[in-house]
Amino acid sequence: MRARGNPSHDRPKELNHATMNILILGAGQVGGTLAEHLASESIDVTLVDTDAARLQALRDRLDIQTVHGFAAHPDVLLRAGAEDAEMLIAVTSSDEVNMVACQVCYTQFRTPTKIARVRSASYMGLENFFSNDHMPIDVLINPERVVTDSIRLLLEHPGALQVLDFADGRVKLVAMRAYFGGPLVGRELRILREHMPNADTRVAAIFRRGKAIAPTGDTVIEADDEVFFIAATEHINTMMAELRRVERPFKRIAIAGGGHIGSHLAHQIESQFSTKIIEFNRSRCEVLASSLKLSVVLHGDATDRDLLIQENIDQCDAFCALTNDDEVNIMSSLMAKQLGVRQVIALIGKPAYVDLVQGGEIDIAISPQQATTSSILTHIRRADIARVHSLRRGAAEAMEAVAHGDRRSSKLVGRKLAEIALPVGASIGALVRGEEVIIAHDDVIVHAEDHVILFLADKSQVAAIEKLFQVGISFF
Amino acid sequence: MHLTAILRVTGILLSTFSLTLLAPVAVALIYDENSTSQFGALFLLTGGVGCALWLAFRGGRELRSGDGFVVTVLFYLALALFGALPFMYDKTLNASFTDAIFESMSGLTTTGATVFTNLDSLPRSLLFYRQLLQWFGGMGIIVLAVAILPMLGVGGMQLYRAESPGPVKDNKLTPRIAGTAKALWVIYVSLTVSCAGAYYAFGMDAFDAICHAFSTVAIGGYSTHDLSLGYFNSTSIEITAMVFMVISAINFGLHFSVFRQKRPALYWSDPEARLFLCLMVAGSAIVVWVLTQNPAISDSPVMDGAFHFVSIATTTGFATVDYSAWPTGVLIVLLSATFAGGCAGSTAGGLKIIRVLLIYLQGVREVRTLVHPNGVFTVKLGLSPVPDRVIAAMWSFCAVYALSFFFLFILVGLISDLDFESAFSAVAACLNNVGPGLGSVIANYQALNDPTKWILAFAMLLGRLEIFTLLVLLTPTFWRR
Repeated sequence: MRARGNPSHDRPKELNHATMNILILGAGQVGGTLAEHLASESIDVTLVDTDAARLQALRDRLDIQTVHGFAAHPDVLLRAGAEDAEMLIAVTSSDEVNMVACQVCYTQFRTPTKIARVRSASYMGLENFFSNDHMPIDVLINPERVVTDSIRLLLEHPGALQVLDFADGRVKLVAMRAYFGGPLVGRELRILREHMPNADTRVAAIFRRGKAIAPTGDTVIEADDEVFFIAATEHINTMMAELRRVERPFKRIAIAGGGHIGSHLAHQIESQFSTKIIEFNRSRCEVLASSLKLSVVLHGDATDRDLLIQENIDQCDAFCALTNDDEVNIMSSLMAKQLGVRQVIALIGKPAYVDLVQGGEIDIAISPQQATTSSILTHIRRADIARVHSLRRGAAEAMEAVAHGDRRSSKLVGRKLAEIALPVGASIGALVRGEEVIIAHDDVIVHAEDHVILFLADKSQVAAIEKLFQVGISFF
Repeated sequence: MHLTAILRVTGILLSTFSLTLLAPVAVALIYDENSTSQFGALFLLTGGVGCALWLAFRGGRELRSGDGFVVTVLFYLALALFGALPFMYDKTLNASFTDAIFESMSGLTTTGATVFTNLDSLPRSLLFYRQLLQWFGGMGIIVLAVAILPMLGVGGMQLYRAESPGPVKDNKLTPRIAGTAKALWVIYVSLTVSCAGAYYAFGMDAFDAICHAFSTVAIGGYSTHDLSLGYFNSTSIEITAMVFMVISAINFGLHFSVFRQKRPALYWSDPEARLFLCLMVAGSAIVVWVLTQNPAISDSPVMDGAFHFVSIATTTGFATVDYSAWPTGVLIVLLSATFAGGCAGSTAGGLKIIRVLLIYLQGVREVRTLVHPNGVFTVKLGLSPVPDRVIAAMWSFCAVYALSFFFLFILVGLISDLDFESAFSAVAACLNNVGPGLGSVIANYQALNDPTKWILAFAMLLGRLEIFTLLVLLTPTFWRR
């Protein structure tokens, strides 16, 4: 994913209107969820797809406009109101359709912001290709990569419930459960400094029995607390060792489902872990076997107990159920867990299922739609927000926002962290200034262009944070 | 069968070949030998027959792809026949029909097995012709292996050039066969010229340098001297020969890609060439090591060991010393190496390295399938997967190769009066297009009886045409099609 280049004051003025016009191409899983999300934030959404029945179903449910037609054709885009759209989000299943649609919107309708899903790695790494002179796309999104990256981070940090990258991987936010046996468990937070003199970290929030506690120096960590902490990447493992007995690193990983996400993950991790990938479709297996170098590709049903036993699933450290079928993912994960896998990760699309299974036998449930939506929402926010991650099934949020302006125009710049009036439930975890990572302490002063990493225990405070980061009128 | 078209093409090829008889005429004139008229007459005869066929069957329909088998085999048979004439009609040599055919077939298939002795006393024009036969055969093989056999669905090239982005990006060298043939010809000629230049620079006279360059680049092994390369007794010449033997045993398609992309690193990224180079180094090291353990055998074990390993393993067959008394272990290593041979698409013989590599990879796949019964594994060369159809074809080739070997071995064993070692190595050396064998055929095949010579000549052709091209003609299915 490409970080947005222009800070907020360069942004087209239309974005500051009360209602925004957004054109979404492709009513698939991503497009549909996105439309639902945006419609609920009182944004005018027009959805374009070739599947009339699918559009009908969405229109019945959501307050959106739909246009039936081929998304890259100029006349279809015109009918969909591309002339008035402030933002185009092209998420059809075809990279090429998405790219051409952006091109058409740029040359014919001068659409200010164009976001497109481009999956193929072949297009990446081209110097200057995605620019207004060549292929006019402002933001590239690749949902599969977002999901794959988050799974890879989880596999690299055994025991973590969620690992999030900020500032190009220099800072990480980790969610994990505290267990008896961790040196810090049962102690006050202030002794953290004595335990780890060289590693600076900040506990951003603690959830105890589902409720957020604002951590202070006196807070005592209890077993079974869900602890969110922020630290520079190199200190993550030290901090994790404070909260639970050290987990031995993962060695063997089994992946169920060789679709986009499964194969992408296998490609990423096969040099690091000994990887097995189970795929139902025979010809897809052949494709996987010829493209993967080290992984073992198995043909069969991920819910086939005999297959799992025969492949010694109990010897695996982690089982990732990544098929596009929620039920298969849940059942195979349950089976793998029962057969003795240490950690199971399941991809679950339906929000209703997530609530059902999370915290039970399945250690981690990942929602692909959520990952995508939050990455697109980043670009709809009014302030200059570099990254947004949903936490705790969307209830909490972590953000990376850029502070602009000076002491007069900004509520942040030039002030000590202690002086900043944060909304309730929000805390600043760290600042990234250029290459430097500064863990937030009360006396740290925010500079202009600092990337501020915040933690929001309550998602409804997003608007307040946006306001905080907006530059005042006097700036212009 | 469309005999007219086939005979016409054969006629064209034959008249082209007749031009090569003009070169010995020039040599005879230079060295003032009395064989001018003899070669001139043969030129007229071969060219006349060729043109007659050409003209007689002019017009008519084009060649079809199935006819390729017949043309290829007929071409080799016709050339072996007409190529044998100079040996029969030379006054010094006066070879029998069988000997002449054996020698001519051995030359054309770049085998290098000879039935003649006292080479040094033969007229230079005849020696030159003999070397030229190998060079011409080598050229034919390159075009055959790279352009024609894949069209017929036989041969090593289609193994991994068929499709898919491999380590070598240029799957087909040029869009047309004629263009491909021309590009290969340029590489072949420039290799020969540089080889001759190097020989000349290291002390051979011009005649020997050109003659030996012919047989080195063609991976043939004919020499103008009874002592082969040992005659020159020069380390630098031996090293030159080794370098050019190794180069010539590498796929000419790969040479072409390297030449066009100006990336020598391709040699290392091509799995076949890489394995071949590794085998050359490893094999030489083993032979040298054994020789150094037995100081009595060789004066310079490093040079002798490395040279003979490269010479035999690339299926060339040059020699510098008599290696018949070397330890049996070394001889077994040498003999086994000939079965692997050189790379597909080169002038080398044997099974070809690519097939050895595929056998190994297929074996690995079998083992992995046993461990993971539900596993899906593909055989990959570099990064590109090899289709199962190709693997199956490769297996049947190896099986038929082994069967042919044993069939010929039994036949030779029954007909000839050779001992076990000699019979085994004679069949191996001819089928793998090496030339010299072991035991009584280590330097010369003269002592064999006529039927054995015919069988061995057949073995050379069989090995050279990748078995199936020739075998398909021996089946009723082909003729009934």
